Amino acid sequence: MIPAGFEYHRPSDIAGAVSILQEHGDEARVIAGGHSLIPMMKLRMADMGHLIDLQDIDALKGIEIGSDVVTIGAMVTQHELITHEGLSNAVPLIKEAALLIADPQVRYMGTVGGNVANGDPGNDMPGLMQCLNAHFELSGPDGGRTVAAREFYEAAYFTARDDEEILTRISIPVPAGGTGYAYEKQKRKIGDYATAAAAVMIGGGTASVAMTNLADTPIWSEEAGAALAAGDVDGCVSAMMGAIDPVADNRGPIEFKKHVAAVILRRAIARAQSRAS
Amino acid sequence: MNDMTPTPEERAANLKGMGCARKRVEDVRFTQGRGNYVDDIKLDGMLFGDFVRSPYAHARVVSINAEEAMKVPGVVAVITAADLEPLGLHWMPTLAGDKQMVLADGKVLFQGQEVAFVVAEDRYAAADAVELVEVEYEELPVIVDPFEALKSDVVLREDTVDENGKATDGAHGPRNHPNHIFTWEQGDEAATDAVMAEAEVVAEETMYYHRTHPCPLETCGSVASMDKVTGKLTLWGTFQAPHAIRTVVSLISGIEEHNIRVISPDIGGGFGNKVGAYSGYVCSVVASIVTGRPVKWVEDRMENLMTTAFARDYWMSGKISATKEGKITGLHCHVTADHGGFDACADPTKFPAGFMNICTGSYDIPTAYLAVDGVYTNKAPGGVSYRCSFRVTEAVYFIERMIEVLAIKLNMDAAELRRINFIKKEQFPYQSALGWEYDSGDYHTAWDKAMEAVDYQGLRAEQAQRIEDFKAGKTRSLMGIGLTFFTEIVGAGPVKNCDILGLGMFDSCEIRIHPTGSAIARLGTISQGQGHATTFAQILATEIGLPADSITIEEGDTDTAPYGLGTYGSRSTPVAGAATAMAGRKIRAKAQMIAAYLLEVHDDDVEFDVDRFVVKGAPERFKTMKEIAFAAYNQAIPGIEPGLEAVSYYDPPNMTYPFGAYVCVMDIDVDTGVPEIRRFYALDDCGTRINPMIIEGQIHGGLTEALAVALGQEIAYDEMGNVKTGTLMDFFLPTSWEVPNYETDYTVTPSPHHPIGAKGVGESPHVGGVPCFSNAVHDAFRAFGLTQTNMPHDHWRIWKTANELGLHG
Repeated sequence: MIPAGFEYHRPSDIAGAVSILQEHGDEARVIAGGHSLIPMMKLRMADMGHLIDLQDIDALKGIEIGSDVVTIGAMVTQHELITHEGLSNAVPLIKEAALLIADPQVRYMGTVGGNVANGDPGNDMPGLMQCLNAHFELSGPDGGRTVAAREFYEAAYFTARDDEEILTRISIPVPAGGTGYAYEKQKRKIGDYATAAAAVMIGGGTASVAMTNLADTPIWSEEAGAALAAGDVDGCVSAMMGAIDPVADNRGPIEFKKHVAAVILRRAIARAQSRAS
Repeated sequence: MNDMTPTPEERAANLKGMGCARKRVEDVRFTQGRGNYVDDIKLDGMLFGDFVRSPYAHARVVSINAEEAMKVPGVVAVITAADLEPLGLHWMPTLAGDKQMVLADGKVLFQGQEVAFVVAEDRYAAADAVELVEVEYEELPVIVDPFEALKSDVVLREDTVDENGKATDGAHGPRNHPNHIFTWEQGDEAATDAVMAEAEVVAEETMYYHRTHPCPLETCGSVASMDKVTGKLTLWGTFQAPHAIRTVVSLISGIEEHNIRVISPDIGGGFGNKVGAYSGYVCSVVASIVTGRPVKWVEDRMENLMTTAFARDYWMSGKISATKEGKITGLHCHVTADHGGFDACADPTKFPAGFMNICTGSYDIPTAYLAVDGVYTNKAPGGVSYRCSFRVTEAVYFIERMIEVLAIKLNMDAAELRRINFIKKEQFPYQSALGWEYDSGDYHTAWDKAMEAVDYQGLRAEQAQRIEDFKAGKTRSLMGIGLTFFTEIVGAGPVKNCDILGLGMFDSCEIRIHPTGSAIARLGTISQGQGHATTFAQILATEIGLPADSITIEEGDTDTAPYGLGTYGSRSTPVAGAATAMAGRKIRAKAQMIAAYLLEVHDDDVEFDVDRFVVKGAPERFKTMKEIAFAAYNQAIPGIEPGLEAVSYYDPPNMTYPFGAYVCVMDIDVDTGVPEIRRFYALDDCGTRINPMIIEGQIHGGLTEALAVALGQEIAYDEMGNVKTGTLMDFFLPTSWEVPNYETDYTVTPSPHHPIGAKGVGESPHVGGVPCFSNAVHDAFRAFGLTQTNMPHDHWRIWKTANELGLHG
């Protein structure tokens, strides 16, 4: 558990970070909270010559609550997501999900940007962001662009982000009043990735459903959301079951995961429905 | 008149002796970051060692090329078996009478096996160089199943067959296959078979007690420092038995024992993982001898889980016979024990399957037979006692499952079945069919107290209602009531039948009383978190009448502490605790003579009274122990040597037999397989209770490790011998979130042969806890036809049980 050697960089603005990325190409990686990257480096499964620490970049911090949209800086920690009162009022689903991520110590360090940008299918935030229809702001050598969370994930650890881009902020539409929500997660212990997890929003004649760790990317299904919006729970579950593609691991075989996925999804739907008004 | 003279009770309270919930004196250091663990040791010029390990579970090592590795700046040496062979150190003896490769000698037998040892100026250079050592392997067929190993033509250990490929005799007698290690039999097979043949009822079951790992918070490590001028070797390490390690190091290195100083500093948990000897210890010593500089080796978490001693891995088949009314008549048990590539169990020499023959449990079973076959496979070596006395968790799990299986067969309540078969109070000392003499017990009292405390009948009524509701579709949750009554066998042990590598399993205490009435006591044991510095001082406080706060307890330095066999198998209190009491009594005997001299009366005319000797019939005439201590150093007393010191080496006449009654109430989500422990009640009888607070802490810790093992903790392998659970992401180590609220209770049945009646408690909750959690899972599904399902009961396996019983519709 000893990482290979690397150069440590600590730029104070986004442009500085991007220019280091440009200079070193795939030899360089940005580090946010480090809870995915550092273990990979210690296992020598990630080996890069240059590590760019983002913690001194103020532009990546802070949560802003607008009337229609909230924006969250990439370096905002899970702990800040949980304790930010305005965010809890505007998008309560985020707090509910963040409380099920890792443990309190990890949440003090782990960031929302790292969680969504890494492309790890085990992370909770990508599915959650798809459910919320979040958009990710990326900054690169050619300036900025925005990519929808629902179009960001390509495969495990592969995303729409280019090697020379940094994910800087996340914008999330504020759900209409009376929207029901729920995040349901089954895990073996605190700190574990999900055996199955589901994010559900219902309200104002629409619905959105996403699931985590049941394929090599998060799964958001338009068909499932439409069925649920129409009040067809079985149709919603059936659509999601058709969309997920879990693999066997120490949590259990595929058959088990599919069964649990449906159970968890139904529970999330029931809770979201009970909260909708 | 206001009498300010303290009462005897007040004086006793001031001593903080036995029975006092004294706060742990160790915690002042530990909670302020002032512990001193192996990895805290920093010496001038110290080098660091790191292992090149095999990625394969079974392979021939064709070549090792360290050329590129040696070019890494800071690398000092790369040591292989070829370097160790001239010193005779490429293999080392195991505690189980086998031998084990220190570094791969031509082949590897498990994934993660040590192949080469890189020594460098710092850890980073060592780790970089490990990557650059080129090892060419030729893969060999992998065997991870012990039953397959016994049928296979693949010979795993070429050193255990003769020139014709026939198995030579092993340390425990003849072997019937090259991959077979030993057969160990206890009891009367013919008589047991006869009982089974004639029995009214026979229940049979096969169960697998999976492989797991003690996983102490601190991993294993050592620092060796060879002083080439004095010829003295100092070895710090994570040793549960420092004195035995010194003897082993001397025997295998040829360094005379007086030139070896072994020090166990603070140890962050052991649970059996730190009893044996590891390649890292040997390599750090060799590297220090070769380089003349101190060498540190500390393994990481994955190395700890994948290569140091595992626990369990027992395939157990049982038959239990009874009358139609449920009176048990016989027990038959066969075990196939998977030991991995080397037999590195830590058991007393004459017990290759430990005390598995305690498997008749708490029950009066007149006839029984046990046979254990040890087998080599391509897995890591070990087989240590994880928070238990030698194989006692396996034995207790076996009998507590067999009782449940018999209850199902008889259609009887499992609590009642236990009750009618308990050994009765008046039967103690009880001679078991498999050879033990249980020293004491009062099982019925403990069981009845437990049943009443949890309202057992009420729980069964609630469960019946739940089953009805489930069948009616009103709930998807089932309720399990887990029962266990366990009897442990701890405190190894009597030298006449217990030794490790020929070293009798006595233990020791040496006490020096200082002139001002404070003291230091040194023991042959070593705390790994058990709180010895707290509790042994309490034993002494009561025995010698000086305050526990004035007594320092020191362990772990072989240059200063008396010889002892160390701390594991709940032996510290039963053996070293007894030595402490006996040494204290020697102090008291001399103090009595000094007091009599000072009081100008005959020795027999004074008597001990809490913290003083008083003249019989004249309690106003007394000398406190503090005064006596000073007199021992400043008075010329005719016929008495100056000073006040004593040493005791205690050879216990018997083991001790702690017992307990546990109840677990669990709700199981049938659709997800998630268990929720609603209640856990633990009644323990550890005899005399030295420190109730420490007992409570030990029980909480042991139950939590039991929960881990029962509900998810395992070392799993794939068919290629790859470890699937090599990190804490997959190896289940519960946190406070997963732990229920424990209710503790007790009865007190002192051990009749122990000087203070204490029996040991650290491991009871683990031994009793595992079957209790497991029985709760089984019990939840009993009404739906489940008899046996193997641990660990993780979500998937519980779900699978429900699925196979047709509970998912």
